[in-house]
Amino acid sequence: MSNKKQRFTGAEIIWECLIREGVEVVFGYPGGTILPTYDALNKYRNKVHHVLSRHEQGATHMADGYARVSGKVGVAMGTSGPGATNMITGMATAMMDSSPIVCITGQVSSSVIGSDAFQEIDITGAAIPVTKHSYLVMDIGELASTIREAFYVAHTGRPGPVLIDIPKDIQNDSIEFIYPEDELILPGYHPPEDVSEDYITKFSTMVNQAEKPVILAGHGVLLSNACSEVMELAEKSSIPITTTLLGIGGVPDSHPLVLGMMGMHGESWANHAIQEADLLIACGMRFDDRVTGNLKTYSPNSKKIHIEIDPSEINKNVKVDLAIHADLGTVLRHVNPQIIKLNRKKWLDIISGWHHDSKRRDILNIKSDKLLGAQVIRKIWEGTKGNALIISDVGQHQMLEAQYYKHEEPRTLLTSGGLGTMGFSLPAAIGASFHEKDKEIWVIVGDGSIQMTMMELGTAMQENTNINIAIINNGYLGMVRQWQQMFYDSRYAETPISSPDFVKLAEAYGMNGYRVDSIEDILPTMEKVQKNSGPSLVEFKVEEHEIVYPMVPAGADLHEMIQRPWNEVNNNGQIQEKEKVK
Amino acid sequence: MKQTLITLVEDKPGVLNRISSLFRRRNFNIESLVVGHSETSGVSRMTIVANEPEASKRGNIYFNLLKLVNVIAVKDVSKLPCISREFILIKINISPDKLNEVNNIVKQYGARIVDMGTETLIVEATDEESVINNLISVLQPYEITEIVRTGKIAMRKGKTHNVSSNNINSKPDDLSWTPDHITAYQI
Ligand SMILES: Cc1ncc(C[n+]2csc(CCOP(=O)(O)OP(=O)(O)O)c2C)c(N)n1
Ligand SMILES: [Mg+2]
Repeated sequence: MSNKKQRFTGAEIIWECLIREGVEVVFGYPGGTILPTYDALNKYRNKVHHVLSRHEQGATHMADGYARVSGKVGVAMGTSGPGATNMITGMATAMMDSSPIVCITGQVSSSVIGSDAFQEIDITGAAIPVTKHSYLVMDIGELASTIREAFYVAHTGRPGPVLIDIPKDIQNDSIEFIYPEDELILPGYHPPEDVSEDYITKFSTMVNQAEKPVILAGHGVLLSNACSEVMELAEKSSIPITTTLLGIGGVPDSHPLVLGMMGMHGESWANHAIQEADLLIACGMRFDDRVTGNLKTYSPNSKKIHIEIDPSEINKNVKVDLAIHADLGTVLRHVNPQIIKLNRKKWLDIISGWHHDSKRRDILNIKSDKLLGAQVIRKIWEGTKGNALIISDVGQHQMLEAQYYKHEEPRTLLTSGGLGTMGFSLPAAIGASFHEKDKEIWVIVGDGSIQMTMMELGTAMQENTNINIAIINNGYLGMVRQWQQMFYDSRYAETPISSPDFVKLAEAYGMNGYRVDSIEDILPTMEKVQKNSGPSLVEFKVEEHEIVYPMVPAGADLHEMIQRPWNEVNNNGQIQEKEKVK
Repeated sequence: MKQTLITLVEDKPGVLNRISSLFRRRNFNIESLVVGHSETSGVSRMTIVANEPEASKRGNIYFNLLKLVNVIAVKDVSKLPCISREFILIKINISPDKLNEVNNIVKQYGARIVDMGTETLIVEATDEESVINNLISVLQPYEITEIVRTGKIAMRKGKTHNVSSNNINSKPDDLSWTPDHITAYQI
């Protein structure tokens, strides 16, 4: 775009602005009210690639996956009415996991807004609870500044989804236009900048004085690009680290100070460490109920430091002693020089003492005739040398992935943590593949979850994306079945689920399909898959009644984990009893 | 415990919707919300009265408001010296023989009779919420047929203070952390 005033249509302004924001790929689906913008796309093909999803939900997850892996803003586009409502789940997923996406929807012409026109939905209103912010553009003169603002809001502070609803007549209208370069003024939006010295001193004093500190590393570690700062703090002061589900990858799993995941299906020693700690250093995490268990008994003897970019998360669930509202990386860069070197041998020994029992109860110690989900994940880890980008879906397979795939690098696991959106993985992986062009990408998805967004296999094929799809087929909505088994006396209401022949399905889409039902076949099949270009699908037929342990039942105390019963580890018997540790 | 929040918002379509949606979604109890123009053009001023017994939730209301992109500044004035006022109109069915009695009550409360029909009158009063409540109860023996009240508006006593949503790393008191940084906005 030249700096001389030129006449542009609203539709052209949209693309001009996206290109200015550095957008290279847009995920979307056309329709009546967004037609002018799709028509204008033809002029911008050499600068922006458009990916046609098979459902607008898919487009939003694609934008989300792209954003999570790249750290850039992902863009999804759709038409008004049903197109827009289909995007709500994707916006909510991005909202709960602080993922920066911009969703652009067409709207009926401004003159008929409010008249229940064909395909009219008040999407700006409907999106209020599932977006960080939303805009309805009613004046073409405000279109460019709104798009700029939307991108700024999406990726600064605590990132999140932003919706821009643009009536059709605004897209058709035209004005003399120069790209606005002046400073953005948002009187009510100020991401925090720096931290006062006072807080830094308090922080470091608390760390230096603590005897049993634990770092809780959340998604904020990744979002703030503070991975090395967190490791520096941990290594200097020998502080064990446990991560949330979305914090996985922020710290290397193989590091001796890294305890693994905390919470409901976390490592028991990590949960014990939290309960026994005298200092919790919460880094960009929000004390979700899935990680705290019963709040009344949560880490009762610890002082708590909370570094969090979103002030409304501070003191929401857990009352803290020192709250720092700032960017995590910035804070740690100030704090780390003031941290004293300590080895904390006593504390680390206590924690490793807790490893022993749990490790012996590991399902991988079971001799099972049938292939186990956990075995599949472990083999995928081996077969990819721990270097793949994994996108997991929601259910038992998601928890098994978190437990058995060891991540060493940030942004190598994408999963829907906060909303737990089944169907997230396949589209998110397609989106991510547009950033990670050379990485091996594996989708780990359940038989239930894949059937929620399976139509995106078409997108994967049309775009010839380099993704591999591992379907962990246990014939059940496994995680729900697990709850029914444990808490509803095994009354399996509507959790057995049938599936199509996935190999044939893959073939119908023109992709390579494989089926594996023994542990020996996993690595050889993976080798075949790794030689393919374009998408491949592998169905793993696994044990139907596997249970993910350990487990903190919802609302129970964090240290009251249900462990895998001994009889199961020893004899591979049915799960009958519930044992409690401690 | 009642919490009074003075909130400055951008005067844009949908802002009220965002605020009421926030209260409903977060399950915060809202008692009253009054909105009107402020001294600055393009900025509306709201007085929000919330009723949340839990201290942590009261802090949470504050920060959730602050988080809204169109909310410029919030000040929790619950514990600060303020002038707070509510406005009320009360319609009463009345027979002429009771008129004197009612007139006395009205005077005593510094209220006014602003309309007198053959059998009805309308009383107008501006005062603190508690006084308004008392006025209603002393008028209760007469036949009240309608009440309309505005909800509370509040203004801090003394000098106008600068507030901002910029830095909240200040000391929490019982309610929440109150911002003490300075921008162009004042409450
Ligand atoms: C959209 C949506 N609907 C329902 C649920 C509830 N839910 C959570 S896990 C789960 C079962 C997932 O089944 P599957 O994908 O087969 O994974 P498995 O647990 O068997 O590994 C269900 C139904 C959900 N999380 N998301
Ligand atoms: Mg399943």
